[in-house]
Amino acid sequence: MTAAFDFVPLWTLILGLAIFFYVLLDGFDLGVGMLYRFAPDAASRNLVINSIAPIWDGNETWLVLGSVGLLAAFPLAFAIILPAVYFPILIMLLALIFRGAAFEFRFKDAPRRTFWDHAFSYGSALATFAQGIVLGAFIQGFHVEGRHFAGSSLDCFTPFSVFTGVALVFGYGLLGACWLILKTGGEVQVRARRHGRICFVAVLVAVAVVSLWTPAMNPAIAARWFSWPDIAIFSPVPLATLALAIWEWHTLGRGHDASPFIGAIALFVLAYIGIAISMWPMIVPYRYTLWQAASDASTQAFLAVGTLFLLPVIFMYTGWSYWVFRGKVRADIGYH
Amino acid sequence: MTPVLLSRIQFGWVIGWHILLPAFTVGLASFIALLEGLNFATGRAVYLRLSSFWTRVFAVSFGMGVVSGIVMPLQFGTNWSRYADATANVLSPLFAYEGLTAFFLEAAFLGVLLFGRKLVPGWAHFVAAIMVASGTLFSSFWILSANSWMQTPAGYKVVDGRFYPTDWLAVIFNPSFPYRLAHTVVAFYVTTGLVVVGVAAHYLRRGAHREDARLMLSMTLWLLSALVPLQIFLGDQHGLNTLEHQPAKLAAIEAHWVTGARVPLVLFALPDEANATNRATIEVPLLGSLILTHDLNGVVRGLDDFPPDQRPPVAIPFFSFRVMVGLGFLMLALVALSWWLRWRGQLYDSPWFLRLCQWMAPAGFLAVIAGWVTTEVGHQPWVVYGLLRTADAVSPSLTSGDVAVSLAGYVVVYLVMYPFGLVLMARMVRGGPSDAIEAGPVESGRPRGPVTALPAFGQEPRP
Repeated sequence: MTAAFDFVPLWTLILGLAIFFYVLLDGFDLGVGMLYRFAPDAASRNLVINSIAPIWDGNETWLVLGSVGLLAAFPLAFAIILPAVYFPILIMLLALIFRGAAFEFRFKDAPRRTFWDHAFSYGSALATFAQGIVLGAFIQGFHVEGRHFAGSSLDCFTPFSVFTGVALVFGYGLLGACWLILKTGGEVQVRARRHGRICFVAVLVAVAVVSLWTPAMNPAIAARWFSWPDIAIFSPVPLATLALAIWEWHTLGRGHDASPFIGAIALFVLAYIGIAISMWPMIVPYRYTLWQAASDASTQAFLAVGTLFLLPVIFMYTGWSYWVFRGKVRADIGYH
Repeated sequence: MTPVLLSRIQFGWVIGWHILLPAFTVGLASFIALLEGLNFATGRAVYLRLSSFWTRVFAVSFGMGVVSGIVMPLQFGTNWSRYADATANVLSPLFAYEGLTAFFLEAAFLGVLLFGRKLVPGWAHFVAAIMVASGTLFSSFWILSANSWMQTPAGYKVVDGRFYPTDWLAVIFNPSFPYRLAHTVVAFYVTTGLVVVGVAAHYLRRGAHREDARLMLSMTLWLLSALVPLQIFLGDQHGLNTLEHQPAKLAAIEAHWVTGARVPLVLFALPDEANATNRATIEVPLLGSLILTHDLNGVVRGLDDFPPDQRPPVAIPFFSFRVMVGLGFLMLALVALSWWLRWRGQLYDSPWFLRLCQWMAPAGFLAVIAGWVTTEVGHQPWVVYGLLRTADAVSPSLTSGDVAVSLAGYVVVYLVMYPFGLVLMARMVRGGPSDAIEAGPVESGRPRGPVTALPAFGQEPRP
């Protein structure tokens, strides 16, 4: 590989995919965790948690990959953004620790099962909320001087970021509800469909609000979306979202067990694309572009070689492990 | 309390707790793979029992390892952003390959290993165990390569205060890496081995699970017979490497103030950094040069050879090293005793030996922590040896208040999680290996019965 080859677009794609997969995969299991507290009895609680018990580990691994991938491909962005969201990251990590521990401890520490149930559910919610704050802070941008974040550790807490935090809670709630629709039956599934509709409406409202709030905050983004001819080029995104919304509402109420999940994924894809359209090509909003934040060409090349080989392999055996646990979860099965 | 000092304490805290888990799970994953293989090959019930038992224990510790592990790469960004910015070009692929070759592998196959025995053919379940064990070893490879690069950097150039790779093989296989890798991985196996021996001894003294306990005790003591002497040899080799590449660290470890030849070995002292000397010294003449350089006339550089602002702290590495070595020789004594008892045919029946085994169960963890304290405190004041100071690596936007809050958060959460985890695993051990696994036919492709602890622990009754 010659130094002249530009790896930045490739790495943007890889990292973009890695982050998207994280959002999708840990999104649904954090969502399931949040919905867990609404399960009315032990049997349905077991069902809910068993729907994700064999796979949450692998899902969470995408968070490591996303973080390390950002460090590897766009280290300047990593070095600026992470200190800027110091407290949301702290909250997320502590919440994930409690939630992860709760998986195991809940089964084996029966006297304190209620405590671990709460740790599981609230840990999932808090971690999600923290991630939403990071998203909001990212969209709002960072105060940068030279190669460093130059603001305070509390800058990331704004009305907008709190809103995106709540929005993501409903977003992951939607993914979690759709997963439960897919993996469970009977009362649990009925409840999941109801929760799914509630989360879905909330998510749609949130997407609409953020779609208007963001350009209102940032004239450059407003110009990108609303000027001619861009408004024509990008209009498929909101239009597709609207069409999808109608379909998703219907399929959440009464439809094939897999359709809501597919619809939710599509909704996330559209939202993701929307954010990408707004932010492109900024990776440290609004100071550094992807190219400016990129690591050395040798680094990107060295890692690309292995990644392009390993990612498909990872997909294959991850897919196999999901396939091993295919089908509906049963209430009388307790793991461990 | 500056942001640097608080961030260092925080990093030490989170990584110190985290390392305890791989120290156990690396060895345990291999042990489980071995048991699965023996079960697959021979079909003997004892192997299935032991594998299922240790797999349940493994699940708890692996889960704790995952959640404490996610903290680590994010810690580089939140608290050490200047380090991240400076070293990313060289180190980030190593971290990324750890994730790509190890974490996904472990995570995907762990699900099958824990829950999939009835869902996949026997050979696939065995393969899953091998994949998990391999994942732990790949992980060790990459992370120790990165750590070793920070100790003995190679294959790089410096531009504008940041490191750029010039030779990837030199980066990965930097001078201290082979030694650190070997010494650490063997340490992990010894740590697990001592736990297994301790558990087996506990059952034998209680008169419970006799067949399982005898098998575990014998098998593992054979392993330790090979690994403990090997580890002492590897430690010596690692020391020689440190003498060559990190002489200031070695001088601190030995509390060696003045460069010279034919130096004594200091067994005990109270280092007095203000006066650059030792008090209350107990030393053996000539042994220092002999052990450290393998030459009676060998020259050992003292701390006087380095400007004061480039010397590591002395007292901490000095004492932590001696704790580690002391534990190492205790382990050797344990192994030697086991040979003698085996020869006398009394390995399973000597209560004093079994009690010693129980006491030695946590020795590996203590030695691992002592060793890491030695190497990392001895690494100061550098985060990249000789090139980037720890004090220059911290995130500039952080205030002492920020880090004090996060440190408090990590302290509280870890002090809740780890003791709980330990208590839970101890309970599982007390319950012991059980024949009540995988009973009944499988319906809808799902396992019928859980792999549970005994009913006394308050599990919901099975239908």
